[in-house]
Amino acid sequence: MKARLKFSKTGSMRFIGHLDVMRYFQKAFRRAGIQVSYSQGYSPHQLLSFASPLGIGLSSTGEYLDIVLEDTEDCTEIIERINAVMNDEIRAEAFSLLEEDAKTSMAVLAACDYLVAVKPGKQSFLLDGEKRAAALKRFAEREKVELLKKTKRSEKLVDIRENIYCMTDQKRVFEQFSGLSVPEKNIVQEGSLPVLYLELTAGSVVNIKPELVLEALYIQEGENFDAFACQIHRLEMYGDLQGKKGEVHTMTSEIPCQLVPLSDYQAKTRINSSDTYKDKWQ
Amino acid sequence: MRKLALSDDILLSVEKPARYIGGEINMVKKDPKEVAIRFCMCFPDVYEIGMSHLGIQILYDMLNLREDVYCERVYSPWLDLDRIMRNQKIPLFALESQEPVKDFDFLGITIQYEMCYTNILQVLDLSQIPLLAGERTREHPFVIGGGPCTYNPEPIADFFDLFYIGEGETVYYTLLDKYKEWKQSGASREEFLKMAAGIPGIYVPSFYKPEYHADGTLASFQRLVPEAPEKILKQVEQDMSDTFYPEKPLVPYIKVTQDRVVLEIQRGCIRGCRFCQAGMLYRPIRPRSLEFLKQRAKKMLETTGQDEISLSSLSSSDFKELPELVYWLIDEFRDKGVNISLPSLRIDAFALDVMSKVQDIRKSSLTFAPEAGSQRMRNVINKGLTEEVILKGALDAFRGGWNRVKLYFMLGLPGETDEDIEQIAVLSDKIAKEYYTIPKEQRNGRVSIVTSTSIFVPKPFTPFQWAPMVSKEYATEKRFFLLDKVKSQLNAKSIKYNCHDADVSELEGIFARGDRRLCSVILQAYQSGCFYDAWSETFHYEKWVQAFQDHQLDMDFYIKREREEDELFPWDFIDIGVTKRFLRNEYRQAKKEMVTPNCRAKCAGCGAAKFGCGVCVEERENTP
Repeated sequence: MKARLKFSKTGSMRFIGHLDVMRYFQKAFRRAGIQVSYSQGYSPHQLLSFASPLGIGLSSTGEYLDIVLEDTEDCTEIIERINAVMNDEIRAEAFSLLEEDAKTSMAVLAACDYLVAVKPGKQSFLLDGEKRAAALKRFAEREKVELLKKTKRSEKLVDIRENIYCMTDQKRVFEQFSGLSVPEKNIVQEGSLPVLYLELTAGSVVNIKPELVLEALYIQEGENFDAFACQIHRLEMYGDLQGKKGEVHTMTSEIPCQLVPLSDYQAKTRINSSDTYKDKWQ
Repeated sequence: MRKLALSDDILLSVEKPARYIGGEINMVKKDPKEVAIRFCMCFPDVYEIGMSHLGIQILYDMLNLREDVYCERVYSPWLDLDRIMRNQKIPLFALESQEPVKDFDFLGITIQYEMCYTNILQVLDLSQIPLLAGERTREHPFVIGGGPCTYNPEPIADFFDLFYIGEGETVYYTLLDKYKEWKQSGASREEFLKMAAGIPGIYVPSFYKPEYHADGTLASFQRLVPEAPEKILKQVEQDMSDTFYPEKPLVPYIKVTQDRVVLEIQRGCIRGCRFCQAGMLYRPIRPRSLEFLKQRAKKMLETTGQDEISLSSLSSSDFKELPELVYWLIDEFRDKGVNISLPSLRIDAFALDVMSKVQDIRKSSLTFAPEAGSQRMRNVINKGLTEEVILKGALDAFRGGWNRVKLYFMLGLPGETDEDIEQIAVLSDKIAKEYYTIPKEQRNGRVSIVTSTSIFVPKPFTPFQWAPMVSKEYATEKRFFLLDKVKSQLNAKSIKYNCHDADVSELEGIFARGDRRLCSVILQAYQSGCFYDAWSETFHYEKWVQAFQDHQLDMDFYIKREREEDELFPWDFIDIGVTKRFLRNEYRQAKKEMVTPNCRAKCAGCGAAKFGCGVCVEERENTP
């Protein structure tokens, strides 16, 4: 039985790396007595995969992992069972049972939403509403947004203009665009100020890191980029109903991408957590 | 959100920030304001090593069972954070509350190996606690040491207010009760130390004064106050099945050295290997009951979600109910994806059966620790492992599909000859030859033998506490000699030879049998930049040499001479049960190449019977 878990990772858990989060969940499922299917062989491991690794330092209320459950599993109260054995800063937010032929979230991931907030006590031109608006306007008018992409073998300039689906400092504009409802109160960190909302291409073919877009904005404005000034928070991840394997399919493609949150992508049923971050942070 | 002692900026600029955030699964949460005593438990090495230590898990659980105590943890910050904390004057903090260690009532430091001595100073220094116990005031925590190195605490005596000699399960509660009494009384710091000195097993170094002969040996070890006992009696947990043992061990986020549930099946050892300090310190052997072990194994796997359980003891094969325990674990947990690991297991039919069930034969290797190459030398060290047993074990394993063997030996054992060393190469080769006796079509590729040597370091409370340690030059020379011998074997291509660093071993040897005069050497070395000495990249031998010179102390004095039979040792004020007379007799037996039977075969009258438990009160039967 294929299933998908949406979870949040906040506070001190920002400092736990991706591989450790994987090990964390393997142990959490065992503590909760959830029968995850195992691979065969001498060192069996849980059939578990993540949509997209979250970099150290980033927080999120929209992480996803896929598991295969033994068919006998009873899924009522599964979120409560998982949360009962986890810490306060990694929480299960939603649980979906998927169609039998569902692809993994890693395979279908097409876009991610991010919130950028300036941390308390940090300086940034983004805190100045007028400067920010002017910078975003200039950014929107650009024909090209070229980033230097480094791989193991080479470095090359890549234009990511069409991979930025939304970039605004207006919460309402972003909510309208994404269909997401961002909680009123600051979900990132006490005292930090939200300055940007982003929706970017993600997935195995093209994956745009929000810090690179942010850096590009700083460079455009002739500002020194301070990697520690901003908290980047992932809000949601989407699959593309129009997507094809191995192709980059954006909003400006001939048939534009049709994004659906991963909890609903090829999902049969979806259970939401009763104690979501919204309650905790509002 | 949990508050953290370090800013995001710092955490994002150091390697593995998860070392410093605490909050692990099963971490105990209490309100520090609600408890009478705040205790910080420290392992003075990097987080991944400290978190792998069973002793701290036991004490953490035990202390936190008391409502009036909050026990937290701290480890050595790694070099990157160390630099930042010094520059920014950030006080070292405990992982649980993220609050400064200097505000605690106790800082308990477990001392597992000599090469962490400078890291003890690092922890004190970063905590902003005076390095010397004599300079601490009522505002500072009491610094208490425990663990194997405290059986000769003298080289670090100046840095500690007190030491706990023996197993932690016994008198900690008494100590804490006394502390509460003292805290309310408003009496002086020294007053508490006097109260503590009256508790069996507690050693307060400032109440004793060593004096030395002109030749540097110890002349006397005088008590300065009547409260301090003449002898400190090692503390022993008598009933291992009715004592503290965690049901909910901590589960770290990052991968640590021992990333599994650890089940200590017994404490102590019957074997009496003459080089082995643990084998003497933890006498008598005390097995835990099967019922206790099964209950804890089940509980710990449930509460941690770990996928591996390791059975821990000095010699698992001497645990009588081992087959029953292991087959139960396999039946109960194997289909739940739990791996079972069995270190220190003698290779026999049972071991091979179990290993074939729990490991991938192609990926795992067999381990033998003959410790010495020749039978003569194995008799000297009383290692009851014969060549016949090794070769038979290896052949059975090869037939079962294994093709990788690890062998552990020591160089520089007392009375060692070139012939003894050569036999290490010969034995390695004989094992390889066994492999090629099986028909080619039944073999699993080539055989691979990894032979490792370490330098023998004589330790206190062993029969070899009188013996000289070999020089660095000797170690280097014999290492090449052995390498040469390995290369001239028939199966040389199948044998890989590894060896241990001689500089570090030398210093380990000095500290192991050192006296109180070494405190100032260690202090100077630390102040000139030495710490993390166990890590070769941060080990500065020349700074150590300088520190010895500056204090007019001769390194060779501590290691190279054979000690007189009646010499007073700096650690003689500790009573571990095992008598000096027994150890001296064992040293004589070693020189005669005579073996002493194990505790179950025949009681050798070592003195541990005074504790009235374990093998000393078991009904006799023969164990080969």
